[in-house]
Order: sequence, then C-alpha cells, then structure tokens
Amino acid sequence: MSNDAATATMAVDGPQQEPSAHGLGASLPAADARAKTEGTFPYASDLWAEGLLWAAILRSPHPHARIVSVDTTAATEMPGVRAVVMHADVPGDPAYGRTVADRPVFATDLVRHHGEAIAAVAADHPDTARLAAAAIAVEYEVLDPVTDPEKAFAAEPLHPDGNLIRHIPLRYGDPDATGDVVVEGLYRIGRQDPAPIGAEAGLAVPRPDGGVEIYTASTDPHTDRDLAAACFGLAPEQVKVVVTGVPGATGDRDDPGFQIPLGLLALRTGCPVKLAATREESFLGHAHRHPTLLRYRHHADAEGRLVKVEAQILLDAGAYADASSESLAAAVAFACGPYVVPHAFVEGWAVRTNNPPSGHVRGEGAMQVCAAYETQMDKLAAKLGLEPTDIRMRNVLATGDLLPTGQTVTCPAPVAELLTAVRDFPLPSLPKDAPEDDWLLPGGPEGAGEPGAVRRGVGYALGMVHMLGAEGTDEVSTATVKVQDGVATVICAAVDTGQGFATLARQIVQETLGIDEVHVASVDTDQPPAGPATHGRHTWVSGGAVERAAKMVRTQLLQPLAHKFGMSTELLQITDGKITSYDGVLSTTVTEAMDGKELWATAQCRPHPTEPLDDAGQGDAFVGLAFCAIRAVVDVDIELGSVRVVEMAVAQDVGRILNPAQLATRIEAGVTQGVGAALTENLRTARGMIRHPDFTGYALPTSLDAPDIRIVKLLEERDVVAPFGAKAASAVPVVTSPAAVASAVRAATGRPVNRLPIRPQAAVAAPNAT
Amino acid sequence: MMLPASLDEAVAALSAMPAAVPVAGGTDLMAAVNKGQLRPAGLVGLGRINETRGWQYQDGNALLGAGLTHARMGRPDFAALIPALAASARAAGPPQIRNAGTLGGNIVTASPTGDTLPVLAALEAELLISGPTGTREIPVSHLLAGREILGPGELIGFVRVPLLHAPQVFLKATGRTGPGRATASVAVVLDPARRGVRCAVGAIAPMPLRPLEAERWIASLIDWDGERGLAAEALTAFGEYVAAACIPDPVAADGQEPPALPPAVLHLRRTVAALARRALGRALS
Repeated sequence: MSNDAATATMAVDGPQQEPSAHGLGASLPAADARAKTEGTFPYASDLWAEGLLWAAILRSPHPHARIVSVDTTAATEMPGVRAVVMHADVPGDPAYGRTVADRPVFATDLVRHHGEAIAAVAADHPDTARLAAAAIAVEYEVLDPVTDPEKAFAAEPLHPDGNLIRHIPLRYGDPDATGDVVVEGLYRIGRQDPAPIGAEAGLAVPRPDGGVEIYTASTDPHTDRDLAAACFGLAPEQVKVVVTGVPGATGDRDDPGFQIPLGLLALRTGCPVKLAATREESFLGHAHRHPTLLRYRHHADAEGRLVKVEAQILLDAGAYADASSESLAAAVAFACGPYVVPHAFVEGWAVRTNNPPSGHVRGEGAMQVCAAYETQMDKLAAKLGLEPTDIRMRNVLATGDLLPTGQTVTCPAPVAELLTAVRDFPLPSLPKDAPEDDWLLPGGPEGAGEPGAVRRGVGYALGMVHMLGAEGTDEVSTATVKVQDGVATVICAAVDTGQGFATLARQIVQETLGIDEVHVASVDTDQPPAGPATHGRHTWVSGGAVERAAKMVRTQLLQPLAHKFGMSTELLQITDGKITSYDGVLSTTVTEAMDGKELWATAQCRPHPTEPLDDAGQGDAFVGLAFCAIRAVVDVDIELGSVRVVEMAVAQDVGRILNPAQLATRIEAGVTQGVGAALTENLRTARGMIRHPDFTGYALPTSLDAPDIRIVKLLEERDVVAPFGAKAASAVPVVTSPAAVASAVRAATGRPVNRLPIRPQAAVAAPNAT
Repeated sequence: MMLPASLDEAVAALSAMPAAVPVAGGTDLMAAVNKGQLRPAGLVGLGRINETRGWQYQDGNALLGAGLTHARMGRPDFAALIPALAASARAAGPPQIRNAGTLGGNIVTASPTGDTLPVLAALEAELLISGPTGTREIPVSHLLAGREILGPGELIGFVRVPLLHAPQVFLKATGRTGPGRATASVAVVLDPARRGVRCAVGAIAPMPLRPLEAERWIASLIDWDGERGLAAEALTAFGEYVAAACIPDPVAADGQEPPALPPAVLHLRRTVAALARRALGRALS
C-alpha cells in the first residue's frame, strides 16, 4: 500500500520537478499568458492618464459623396468639447498610405467609402465626444457609388491616381499551347474581416518638446510613426509609438487611420486623448480581405498533367491602394498553385471602388486564388475520371521547379509528402460505425439537422504562401541583447501580435547563452525598426537578429576566459548558468565570468534581396515559400444546405519546429479562420454600405463550428537560408482551408461550389442527385 | 434606476415616471443603449420581482412568469411541460444570453428572429398584462402583429400557455453550427383534445406566420385515435403547403408571366418546407 502511495505521489509531482522548458524546440508558454487568461493584462483600451480627453470620429454615412459644406459650430460650442479637427487642421501631409500616400486623413471634398473619417472631436467625456461628432453638420451631394469592380475600369476616376491601382500581365511559356482537356470556371471570393477580438484603441500623450507619444496596438510601429509624423508636420523623432498588448491581429491593426486623428487632437489640446473604437467603427475603419473575382481555364493532357493555365484575377481594393499591390503580386504569382505548369498566362488587376477598404489580411492574394485553382483541379479530375489526389500528385511542385514568375523554387517544397500524409491518414468514423459518439449534426445541438438528409464529403486542397515582404522590400530587422546579473534582456521592435515572437526571442537567447531568465522589453519606436509583423517575417528576420546579437554577447562573455585558458570560445559551453570547457577542466559560473559587467550587443538580420515582378510578371520576387496540404471532411444537410466541418487533417511544411505547442495553436487558429472564410465570414455590403457591422451579422466560427483539427504531419526540412530553418506557419492554413472545405462540400452535394463563403442555397443537393 | 420588488410596485414606478423603460435581462435593451440608439431617461429593473420568475398551474394551463429566463425554460422539468418552448429557449443564443434573457423580454422586443415567438404563436398563448387600471389579457399574436400595444405603465406579467400533453417540436435553421440567428424556424404543436395541429413559422416575416389552411388539412388526415402516423408523401405535402402559404408565389401582372422568385427566396421556401416536414414527422413519430 505505502509503495503504491509513493508511486502515485511521484507521478503527480513528476512533471513539476522536471526542469522548466527552455531553448528551441521546447513548448515554452508565453510570459503573459496567465495575465491574459485572467483578464488582468492591460490593453490599450485599459490605459488612462491624468486629465485625459476622449476622442470620437465622425464617419461618412455614404460610400460616395461630394462634401458641400461642413459646419462644426454646434459641436465646438457644446460644453465639454475641447477641439474639433478636420482636413484643414492637418498641419503636415494631408494624405498617407503604406505604398502611396493616396488616403486623406480626413475627407476633403470627396467621400470615397462608407465610414471614411471626416472630422474628429476631443471632449471631456466619451458621450460628449460622440454627441459632438454627431452634431457636426455635413452637407453631402450624394454620388452614385462604383461598387462593381468590373465597372471600375470604365467608371469616372474615383481618385486623381485613377481607378487602376495595379495591373500585372504574367506571361510564361507558349500562349498557343493547348491540352486534351479543358476546364473553365468563374469564382467569387467574399469580403473577410480580420475581426480582431479587441477593437481599435489608443492613447495619445503630448510631449513638452512639441511631439506626441501614441500608445496603441500597432503591428508596424515604425511605419505608423513615420506616416503619422508626416501628417503632423513633425520630424519622426518627435513622434513615439508605444506598442501595447495586441488583442488579436490577422492583418495590419490600429492603423494610422485611428492614430493620426488621435495624435492631432492631443497636439491641438495639449492634453492626453484616448480613443476606444466601437465594434461598428472597427468594422467600418479597418481594412478587409480583398473580395475577388476569378476566371480560370486549365488545359491538361490525357494523363492529367497540366499544360497551360489561363486566369484573370480582379481584386476589389476599395477606395485606397494600401497593400493591394502586394496582394495582387501574390495572387498572380500563385495563381497556378503548388503545381508545375509549363505555360501560364495570368492577368491580374487591383481596382478602386467605393466598397469598404481592402488591405493586408494574412494569406492575402494567395487565399483567393487557392480556392479557385483547387476547384479547377477537382474539375479536371472529374473530367478525366481521376481521383482528386492522383491528379494533384501528378502535378506537384518540388524543389528546383519553376514558378510561373520564372523564379526557381530553392527552398524545401515537400508538396508530394504533404499530400501523401493527409491522403493516408485514416478517415474519421461515420456515425453508423461509432453510434455511441455524440454526433453533432450540421445546424448544431439544438438545430434542425436530420441524419437521413446528411451527406458526408471529403475534399483536398494544396496551398502555398510567400514568406517575408516581396518584390524588393528591404526586410531588415535589428535586435539588441543585454546581459546583466545573470539575466538577459531582448530589445527588439518586433511586435508580438499573437504569433509568439516574444516567447521565441526568449527561447533563442536561452539556446544561445544558456541563461534561462530572459526578458523581452516592450516595443516602442525609440528602438531601431524591426518592420511589420506580417508574412511570418519576425521569426525569420527578427529571430535571426536576436540570435546574432546573443551570439555576439556570448563571444564577449567567453572571450576573456578563452584567452586566459588558451582555447577558442567554441570549446566552452554555457548551461544552467555555468560555463564549462569541453574537457570539463574549466568550470565557472556566468555571474563570476561577468564580474559585474554589463554586456550589450546589437545585430541586424537582412535576408537575400528580391526583385519586383517585371512587365511580364517575371522576377525573383519572393524570399521563401511555405506549403500545406489539407483534407477536409464535412457533413452537409442537403435539404437545408447547412454545413458542419467534421475534421480538417493538416500536413504542413514548417522547416523546423521551434515551439511545438505554439506551432499547433497557430495552425489551429489558421484553419479556423479559413473555415470561417469558407462558410460564414462575409462582410456584406449593399451599394457600398456595410450592412451588419456587428458580430451578430458577421458570423465568426464558434467553438461548435471549429472542426477537429488533426495535425497529421509537420514536415521538418530546414530551409537553409532561414536563420533557424523555420518557416512561417500561420498564413498557409488560412490559405488552404477554404479550398479544402469547398472541395468537400462539392463532393457531398454534387454542386459546383464556386463562391466563398458557401451559401446554404449552394450546398443544397442538386435536384437530380440524392 | 428603480428596483421594484413586485409587479404592482413596478407598475406604480412606471406610472410615476412614464419616460422610464422597464429592463429585465437587458440582452436587447442594453445592446441598444451601448450602441447609442437608446438613451432612456430612467430604468425600472424587473430583476427583483420574484413572482414572475417561475410558473404555476391554472385550469389546465401553465401561467408562466414573464421573468423566466431562457436557461430556466430549457431545463428538463420545464421541457416535460411545454417541450417546444423549452427547445426554442435552448436554441436561443449562447449561454450568457440564455442566462439573462427572459420570456417577457423576448415578447416585447418582438424581434422577427425571436426564438420563442413561433412557439407562443402556435400555442396561442395569452398575455396577462398588468397596468395602472388592473390586468387585461390579449393574445400574443395581437401584440406581435401590433393590433394591440402596451400602454403607459403596462408590463407583461404572465404568459398563459395551454398544457396539451402531446408532442411538440421546434426546429430552427441557422447559418452556423454555433448559436446564431434563425434564418427560418418552425413550431409544430399537436392538440389531441381538439384534434388539431398548430404550426407557426418564425424569422421569415416581422412576426410568426400561421398557415391555418395547411393546419386544418393535415389535422383532417391524422387518425387521432390510432397510430397518428402519416405517410412520407403527406408530410412532404404538408411542408410544401406551409412553405407556399408563408412565401407565396408572386402574382402575375395582367396578361403577363408571373415573375420568378429570387434564388435566395426559393431557398428560404425550401428551408421552411423541410423544417415543417421534419417538425411534423418528429411530432407524429
């Protein structure tokens, strides 16, 4: 008995006595996970300053209108109102933009989208600010909105820059090549919203030197600072962006559209000013995924090998350019998917409309084309009588193959292995095989689902994304590592948006320096720039910079010892705060070796350069690529058209696993976002007006909608040019999931499914099918 | 904010301050306040009125307190009495909403997608309204259709629902597996004592719709003293009858082809037909 008890106790205590997880490859939890779970973590909306004022923004109720007059008298005279600013009050550049400065801070004479900012108010109470904003009298001459991107080409220019933001005519191979079989399709992808769980918020505090500090959840603080400073007419050093915790980011968030009015009001009033956007404002103000129209024609030979792909891709950019140019480059370059295509002719356009603004949402460009080219592959398989997996296997891309942009795939591209892994993974049991399991029908636990009307479908999709900025962007990042009293600190302006960079930085320093206690400083723009938190670039460039800085500190630490003992620093190792030589003769502690010194090192990481796509869409535009294969299993109630995704089996090319727990959560989050894009997430508009800017009308997946996500295989084939050999993991499941779900619904219903999200009427079985 | 402890006190408080708005669960009202759509001059909180939070029996009927929460109505003891109302309460929103939202609130908000409303319409529930001049009774459909409205100082105190001791079904179609607003819902209630079938369709019109002819037709086919079952064809025909009654074909202009229903409306009609067929089938099985 006592023996048993002892064993039991040991079993309970066992995990606690293990040394805490550290270094690369360990599932280190995020340092702020507990505070965030308990709700004590302060986000920007929780910030407060002595004597703060509240801001409110007046937004246009029309998608397209000429502003005849604006009368702010009533608002200005309201008790408690301290400042009203509009376009004439912007001291510097009147417009801003990430690629071209085409977006006015406040609309001057023309409103180009529903929700465009017209004026901003600061008052001593949030309600006063809101009422004052509503009291600004604007006389509009309402104009016809251009809401159909196909009509934007011929429409009156909505902007002095014209309606065509970018056109890429990709030409690769022989235009006269033809195949034995040809399939065609027209596809429409809806408008997904990044729907951050914390709406935009910020606090601006004026500085005695005439500058301003902006506390906000920026994901690209240095760019945001530069844009804001230009509009304020200040030098960049006079504006400081301090990054607070990021409450959800799958795109650029808390963008200059919120920060600039806030900073202007703080500069104008000399008081701290706070803005906390309502959910409606958040939907109106931030950028969405590009709604896309795609037309495809695939040629293949009788064995199912692709001969030629022709495609036309039209991105609805909304009123301003933002990141549309890069999204279009991704859409055009990946228009054929991870397949070898000898001849490709792809025309891509991004055009202005009066629809809500589009911008960076992860997997942009690549996600829309994936849904289209995977449908084409299914159609080819059906026409040739091949299994969907077989036709894909005959065409998969591998290292050394060419993309239609003429770029050689130099990174690992284990597409065939990924497809094999999901194909061979056992299918989930049918309810008749496991009747004891609770079977959740489409429609939910209290829904109307009827087992007799439910059909199961299985679908496959392969997807790819690029990592890091494309087409010649300078993707540099700078990091500093400091060691003092046995504690390491990382200073790097890479924002942890939830991708886990702060945790990864700790792991890198632990691995390199053997110091377990590592702190990551909070981010502000007084630090050297690290660039935007997009396209998995921080794992690569900022992680690389942290590693280099840590290695430099290591050399500084070990150099004197190595010199003293006449051996090179490589022969010394640091573990658990102790320095030992390879032969065990020398042993000392880090604290002793430090001798009260402080060690600092700063390093940069810059990946190899890329080049813009040329007039024929050719060029080495991408630093690296990541791939994914997904098999979706869905249940469809073929009378009601309700769909439930039962399981998503994911095989992903990750390069190297740096933090297994974090990697799994990123893949699960990505798949869930993709399932949302496939089934429910569509920000609907009517004549340019957003119809339901709330979470009742915009249906995100709930825990009941999220499928079983099986990570079947994480393929670790290190990318030699990446600092750790790791690839970005978050975006590629978002890109691939919608196509996989669509393919499975097609298999279940026999319907074409050429539109995302899949509407119930498109998932009702064809009348002649059963 | 006033917090009366009884229905009479609440009526008195509302009469004393006619601009005040009564609030029970607040799941709709406070959302409107937070959005800035509503600025009530005062609130009369109904949360402390214990008499309306349960139910009692009265001459073969159940007298349901207007303050019953959806969570309470979803529990098995309540489901044994009025199964369809329990099912609609369980289908309404996420747990947080069901814990706060009340039966009375669902009725006065009268949202087209209110989940309990088609069930109350099918049950032909009566509302007991307390006001400054005493209590009056109106059918729930009169309030939902706007034929009668709540006057100043009036509150829904109780809802009288017949206890039918027979199967009842509520089915709801939504856009996702998790909680969501109904795109269409159907309540089917059997009344063996009166040999009747009552059906109401929710969420497709501003108020629940009753396909009375379809009800009478299908009730005439049912062998009330025997097995009560119906052939699959009859169930299908009932579904289509209900759907065509609620979503009629467009009327042709003089001498012209009638316009076709848009695809989305056609799908809605198919959905209603499938829901009605399934609901009646489950009620009779």
